[in-house]
Amino acid sequence: MKSVLAASTAVMLAAPAMAEPTAEVLHWWTSGSEAQSIAVLQEQFKAEGGTWTDMPVAGGGGDAAMTALRARVLAGNAPTAVQLKGPAIQEWYEETGLADIASVAEANNWAEVLPERIADHMKCEGQWCAAPVNVHRVNWIWGNKQILDEHGIAMPTTWEEFNAAAEKLQAAGVTPLAHGGQNWQDATIFETVVLGLGGPEFYQKALVDLDPEALTSDTMVQVFDQMRTIRGFVDDNFSGRDWNLATAMVMNGEAAFQIMGDWAKGEFLAAGQEPGVDFVCAPTPGEGFLYNVDSFAFFELDGEEKQQGQELLAKLIMGPEFQKTFNLNKGSIPARNDVPLDEFDDCAKQSAEAMASGSEDGSLLPSYAHGMALRGAPAGAITDVVTQHFNSDMSSEDAVQQLADAVANAM
Amino acid sequence: MEWLERNVPKLVLAPSFVAILIFVYGFIGWTAWISLTKSRLMPKYDLDGFGQYGRLFSAPRWDVAMNNLFIFGGLFIVISMVLGLMLAIFLDQKIRAEGVLRTIYLYPMALSLIVTGTAWKWILNPGLGIQQAIRGWGFESFTFDWLIRPEMAIYTIVLAAVWQASGFVMALFLAGLRSVDTEIIRAAQVDGIPTHRIYSAIIIPTMAPIFLSAFIVLAHLAIKAFDLVIALTGGGPGYATDLPATYMYAMAFSRGDLGQAAASAMIMMLVIFAIVVPYLYSELRPRRDQ
Repeated sequence: MKSVLAASTAVMLAAPAMAEPTAEVLHWWTSGSEAQSIAVLQEQFKAEGGTWTDMPVAGGGGDAAMTALRARVLAGNAPTAVQLKGPAIQEWYEETGLADIASVAEANNWAEVLPERIADHMKCEGQWCAAPVNVHRVNWIWGNKQILDEHGIAMPTTWEEFNAAAEKLQAAGVTPLAHGGQNWQDATIFETVVLGLGGPEFYQKALVDLDPEALTSDTMVQVFDQMRTIRGFVDDNFSGRDWNLATAMVMNGEAAFQIMGDWAKGEFLAAGQEPGVDFVCAPTPGEGFLYNVDSFAFFELDGEEKQQGQELLAKLIMGPEFQKTFNLNKGSIPARNDVPLDEFDDCAKQSAEAMASGSEDGSLLPSYAHGMALRGAPAGAITDVVTQHFNSDMSSEDAVQQLADAVANAM
Repeated sequence: MEWLERNVPKLVLAPSFVAILIFVYGFIGWTAWISLTKSRLMPKYDLDGFGQYGRLFSAPRWDVAMNNLFIFGGLFIVISMVLGLMLAIFLDQKIRAEGVLRTIYLYPMALSLIVTGTAWKWILNPGLGIQQAIRGWGFESFTFDWLIRPEMAIYTIVLAAVWQASGFVMALFLAGLRSVDTEIIRAAQVDGIPTHRIYSAIIIPTMAPIFLSAFIVLAHLAIKAFDLVIALTGGGPGYATDLPATYMYAMAFSRGDLGQAAASAMIMMLVIFAIVVPYLYSELRPRRDQ
C-alpha cells in the first residue's frame, strides 16, 4: 500500500516536469466542412506533442456554445481556448479577463501580417488576447450565370442597376433574389445596403459608432426604401428559409441572385459548380469590404501545461500552413496577408485583394449582422427594427425613428 | 421509536422540500435580483433599481410579445374548450366506434410540440402545403398564406396549438360528462326536456370544476408556449410571433442581455400569478357548504 502511494505521488510530482501542452477547445464548428477544418488544427496540435480535448457545442450559431462557456466560467472552470469573435472578445475581457498572448504575437510578427483593423479586434486594452483564424467577406452577391446571360444582365455595381436587373428578371418570370426570412439574413442584406448607399464612412458612423445623426439621416431613410424595394424581389415562400436553401435556389436556376457571405461559395463548390462558369461572385453594389472574422480567445488559467497549450495553439492558429489548409476547407480567406493564394479560387483571390486595398483606404469594415461591429444588445436591437420593417408595411421614416430609439434603449 | 414514527414523514419529505426551496424559490429570488441589476453577459450583483423594466416596457418587441400572448392565450383557451366540449358531447351520444374516434382525437397530444410545429410549418407553407394543393386542383386564386403575413402569423400558432390540445380537453370533458349522475338525466328525459336543454341546464353546470381544471391546464400551456413557436415560425416573420418566452430566450442566450431576460421572466411570472392565485384562493378557502 505504502509503495503504491509513494509511486503515485512520484508520478504526480513528476508530471509537471515533463509538462505537455494541453488544450481544451470550446467551439461550434460541428458541420461537415467546419469539423474538417478544425480537425486540421487538432492534428497539428497533436503533432507538436500536445493533448487536445475537443469540446464542440452545436446549435444556434454559437448561442449554445456561449451558454456552455458562461456555465463553465461561472463554475470557475474556464476552457483553455474558446471560439469568440468581434466585440465579444473585449466584453469577456472586461468580465473575466483573458490571457495575454503578446509573447507569441510578437515573436511571430502578427502586427506585420494582419490588417490593422482586424488586428484591433484581437487586442484587449492594447494587449494581444485572441488569434484570428479566417476572414469571411459578407458583402457578396452571387448570381446564376446561365440566367444572367440569358437575359443579358451583368453583375450590378450600383443599387439602381440591381433594381433594374431585378425588375427585368421579374418581368421575365424569374425570382430575382433568393432570400431566407430569418432575422440575421435580413440584417445581412441591410448592412450591404447601408454600405452600398451610404459608403464606408457612413457605415462606420451608423453601424459601428451608432451616431444618432447618421441613424436618423436621409441616407438611412433611403436605405430602408431600398429594403422595401428588395422585399418585392423575393418569392412568397421566403419566411424562415435557411440560407443554404436560398443558395440552392440560385444553383438550380430558381432564382438569379443571392446576397450572402462567402460561406455560400462552399455550397456552390460542394455541388460541383465552378466560379465564372456556373455561378458568378461579385461584391454587392458599392464600395467596401465587410468582414466576419472567426478567432480564438484564451482564458487566464493556472497550470503550466495549460499555458503552454494556449501559446502553442495561438502559434499554430496564426501559422501560414494552418491558415491555408483551414481556409481552403472553409471557403474563407486567411487573415494573414502573406499566405500564397495559388490554390484558392478566383472569388477568394478577389476577396484577398479587396481586403488589402480596403485596409489601406479605410473601407475594410466589421460586419454588424455577424457580430463584428457591436455588442449583443445594440446589434440585436438594430436587427429587430430591420427585420420588423422588412416583414411589415412600416414606413421608412418610422423605421428610422424606431432604429434610433431602439439603439438608445439598448445602450 | 415513537419520535421516529411521528417524524418519518417530515424526514422523507425534507430533501424534496429543500430542493424545491433552492431550485424553485431560490432561483426565482435570484432572477428577481438579477432583474434589478445591470447584468449583461455575466450576472452582476450591484442593485440598480428598475431600469431593466423601463427598457423592457419601451421595447416594441416586448409589446408585440405581450400582445401575442393575450391573442394566443385567449383564442387558444377558448377555441380548445369549445371544440373539446363539442367533440365530447358528440362522442357521448353512445355512438359506434367511440373508442377509435376518441383515440384519434386524443392522439395529437402524444406528439411533441416540435413535431406539431414542424408538420404545420410545411402544411401552412404557401408553396408546399394547403395553398399549393388547392391551387393544384384548379382553384388558382385560392390564397392561404397566414404563415408569411406578419399580422396573421400568430393565428397559425393558435391553429396548431388548438389541433394539439383540443383532443385532450375533449377527454377531460368526456370524463366529466360520464360522471354526471344518469338518474338525473333520465328524470329529465322522462319529463320531456329536449336534449340541448339537458346539456345546457343540467350537465354543463355540474361540470364546472372540469372547466376550471381545463382552463388552468390550457392557461399554463399558453404561457409557457415556446417550442411550438420556435418550430413553426421561429418567432417570425420579423418578430411578429414572438411570445414572452421566446423573447426571454433571445435576450438570455443570443443577445447576452441577462438583465432584460430576468426582467421579462419576472413579468411572465406575474402573469401566471394573476391566473393561478385566484384559482388557489378559490380551491383552498374553506367550503361554506361543508
